Formats: sequence, structure tokens, C-alpha cells
Amino acid sequence: MGQTRGRIFFFLPALILLATFVVYPVINTVWLSFQTPEGEFAFFKNYVRILSEPEIVDLRGFKRGFPYGALIHNIIWIVIHLPLTVMLGLILAVILRDVKGGAVIKSIIFLGMVTPMVVGGIILRFLFDGSVGILPSFLSLFGVAKRTLTAHPDTALFALILGSLWLWTPFSMVLYSAGLETIPDYVYEAAVIDGASPLRIFFMITVPLLKPVTGVVVTMTFLWVLKIFDIVYVATMGGPGGSSNVLALQMYMYAFREFNANAAAVVATFLMLIALVVSIPTFRALRGDES
Amino acid sequence: MRMAGRSKSGTFMLHLVAWLIALIWLIPFLGVFMASIRPLSEISRGWWRFDSFTPTLKNYVGAWNHPAAPISRGMINSLRVAVPATILPVLAASVAAYGFARFSFRGRDFLFMLIVALMTLPQQMIAVPLFRIMNKLGAVDSYTGLMVVHSAWGIPWILYFMRNYFSTLPIEIEEAAKVDGASDWRIFLQIVMPMALPAVASSSVLQFMWVWSDFFLALILIYSPTKLLATQRVPLLRGVYHVDWGVLAAGSIIVMTVPIIVFALMQRYYIRGMVGWVSK
Repeated sequence: MGQTRGRIFFFLPALILLATFVVYPVINTVWLSFQTPEGEFAFFKNYVRILSEPEIVDLRGFKRGFPYGALIHNIIWIVIHLPLTVMLGLILAVILRDVKGGAVIKSIIFLGMVTPMVVGGIILRFLFDGSVGILPSFLSLFGVAKRTLTAHPDTALFALILGSLWLWTPFSMVLYSAGLETIPDYVYEAAVIDGASPLRIFFMITVPLLKPVTGVVVTMTFLWVLKIFDIVYVATMGGPGGSSNVLALQMYMYAFREFNANAAAVVATFLMLIALVVSIPTFRALRGDES
Repeated sequence: MRMAGRSKSGTFMLHLVAWLIALIWLIPFLGVFMASIRPLSEISRGWWRFDSFTPTLKNYVGAWNHPAAPISRGMINSLRVAVPATILPVLAASVAAYGFARFSFRGRDFLFMLIVALMTLPQQMIAVPLFRIMNKLGAVDSYTGLMVVHSAWGIPWILYFMRNYFSTLPIEIEEAAKVDGASDWRIFLQIVMPMALPAVASSSVLQFMWVWSDFFLALILIYSPTKLLATQRVPLLRGVYHVDWGVLAAGSIIVMTVPIIVFALMQRYYIRGMVGWVSK
């Protein structure tokens, strides 16, 4: 039928855009990651060489302290950030559901989500500044020497992690809030009649019923932290001395400061592989929904 | 009902904790806001001190007309990218999403999953080849180039979101129209799209916010000082010899206002778009 042939035009604009500006570049990057700068095919040699560079993994860090290398920093970031985001988001969603003015508080917290990350980076730099920032001044009340937290190797990464938590928790809070609304009231009513304590209700009903939401929150948070770039670029530029460097920033440095496209491609491809592996369970779940 | 089981003092504590958290979350924003409306001499003594308080709009004027990186120009530039980079992908992805929702052909589900998988890609994965492609096309440092890249980058998410929405619409009306001899395009434009306007609003709001807030793609594709987008200009407001916190803060607030206004006006659609991940 002539009519079904015209259907291809529904797909063409999107597919052409994707093929030219997403799929082709991805394939090209993978290809570059296997090549030397001279254009020879090096297979995995690049990976072995680049991923053991001190910018990526710096084992000396374990003796002397920061920097540990971008990959280790990303891992530290995820290990600290992920559980805190999940817990904070869930607790906030549960608390704010019951609190008068909870919607207002949610909007305040949500500001972080609509803030461009570049601005987020500036705000963090200001927050942590030794002379004008409120946090060092506050800490000095407890006898901690005032200093710019983002400018010292031992605190730079942790300051950024704290800041990223402030910016990203709204995401998990909103998802959990939406999840809570799907739990019907009678479930709680039955539990209350049975005399269950609020804490017991939380752990026996709320947490298990929100498991699918937790899956999405964990995946999305992992991906967000893995790709983190803007706030690091603006607040510390990965410094001081690489102490807060991350993979996405190192890729940028390789590509657009050192003009080493192959090293950049290795880091990018590595990032992509981690991202794909991490998101497989979520995609399984998405697919499962369809049948 | 949910409050049953809690004592009065417990309820009070809960409110106290909740508002304390709100305050902690607000402090960093309050800090930049205070810095943006006070002279540097007062910021240096701490924005939280109010023994002398002289509110001023000087910082805003300074950021707006900054000699090296005027934010005013950045706002216009960002709009010139963000508006078309919202319209184009929403159109292209909606049309394709309808196809994925209603037409059956071999390999459809596989192709769809492939496109959905593109959502997980880091932007770093396309950066270098993109720069080279744009260089060849003569589109480096041009808004058209950046706009097209943003459009392509936004398509997987919008397509996924819109397809899920189309799948929830009742198919009977479309089938009735088909029996009456309406073409696919006519059904899509006259029957389906009007019903899908809330979803179009959700995906437009999110896409606009992402493009507006983007930094990485702009960083690699736009470099002429006059062409820099708003997000690229903010870090340039720092000042040379000392950090000019007032101007930096004012510039940050100006750039933030656009997403905040969009969010305030379209909150419902924004949240629906985000929540699209957990519920269908």
C-alpha cells in the first residue's frame, strides 16, 4: 500500500539527526580509542597505557594523599554520594509529605535542580571560600582554621561531593515523592489499625513498595555522578594539582587542551562502557513494562 | 490518617527538622543573592552580617554590561540557541515517537531500544568527532551547529517520553478516523497531537532547561568572545586581580532566573517530565 510507504517520513528527521550527530561520532570515538596518534591500529594498548596514567589512577596517592587520579575520584564520589542521595531523598519525601508547608520546602530544595550546573559551581566556590564563604566561617566557630575548602588537596574533592549532594538530592526527593503518591492510603490505614509504629510502617511498607523507584534513582544518580563536569570545571578546574579531577574533565583536558584525541577517546569510551553496564538493569525493567 | 500514631511533640519535632533542612538548603542561594545586592566591602565582612546593609543594583548593572563578558549579550545568545534547539527535537522526536507507538514493522522494538540506550551516553563520547564534523561543515563557532547538536542529543529522551505517552492514548478514535479515510499525517496532526499537548509541554520544558543550562557542548563548539553563551560567560565575570564576588553573584542570578521562571510557570509539566522515569 502506498500509504504505509509514506510512513518512513515519520522516522527520517529523527533518525538522520541521530545518525549524523550522535551515532556516527560514537562509532568514530570508539575507533579513535583503538588508534595511536600516528593513525596506527593499537587495539587495547591505548587503554592499558592511558588508564594507568597518573591522571587516571595514581597509586602513590594511597601513601601521600590526594590526588588519587580521576577514576579513583569518581569512585570516591559515587561511594559517598549515592547512598546519601538515596537516603536523603527518601527521608525528605516521607517527612515533607506529612509536614504543613511541605510543598514550599520542596520548592526550596528543588531550586538546586533548576540551577544551571555552572551557576551551581560558582555558588559552591562562594560557599566554601575562606574569606567570604559562610561554611568556613561557621566551622571556625568550632576551632577549624578558616580556609578555602576547594583550594586544598585534602578537602577539595569532599567539598565538591557535598555540593553535588546539595544540587542533586532534589532529583531523588521528587521521584520518591511521586512514588509515595502511588501507594494507596488503605495500605497505611490497615497498618495503623494493626498498631504498627511509624518506623515499622516506613521499613515494612514504604521502603519495599518504593523499590522500583529506588532502582531508577540509583541508576540515574550513578550516571549523573559519573558524567559530572560543570561544577568541577567552574569550582576547582580539577585542582589543586589534580586533587579533584574527574574522568569527564580529564577527557576534556586530553581532547581540547593537550589535543590528544586518542587518549580522550579512550577515557570517553571507558565512561560509556561503565554507563551502559550500570543502566542495563533499568533498561531491562523498562522493557519489561511493555509486555 | 498518616499522622495517627504520632504524638503532638513528635509532630512539632518533625516540623522543626523539616524547616531546618529547608533553611540549610536555602543558605547557599541566600548567600549568592545577598552578595549580588551588596557592595564588595560588605561581602568581604560576610554576607550574613547586617550591621551595615546598603542594598544596591550596581552588581547587576556590572554583570549586565560587563566589559569582557556582558551577560546581556549572553542571554540573547543562549535564547537564540535554546529556542530552536527545543522546537526542532520536540517536533522530530514526536513524529518518530508516534511511528514507534502505532506503526508495526520488522525490527521496530530493537530500533527503539537502541535509541533509548543512547540516553545513557556521556557527552564526552561525541565531543571530538563532533568538533571535526563541524569543522568540515564550517559550522564550528556557529549557533546553527550547536543547535543541531543539541537537537540530536535531546531526541532519544523526548522520543522515549512521547512514545510512552502516545501508547496511553485510546487507539479507537484513530481507527475510526482511518476507516473514514484519513491519512496517517492527518490523524497525527489533527487528532493525536492536540491530545498530546501536555506531553509536548513537558518535553519542551525539560529540553529548554537542559539546553539553557548546558555548558560542555557550548564550551567545545562556541569560542568567539562575542558569541559565548550565558553559561560560558558566568565564570568569566570573576575579575582579574581579585574575585569580584558581587558581579559574579549577580551574573549567576541573572542566568538562573530564566530556568526558575520557566519552572515557576510550568512546574506541573516539568515534574511530570522528570517523573516520567518512574511512572507511565
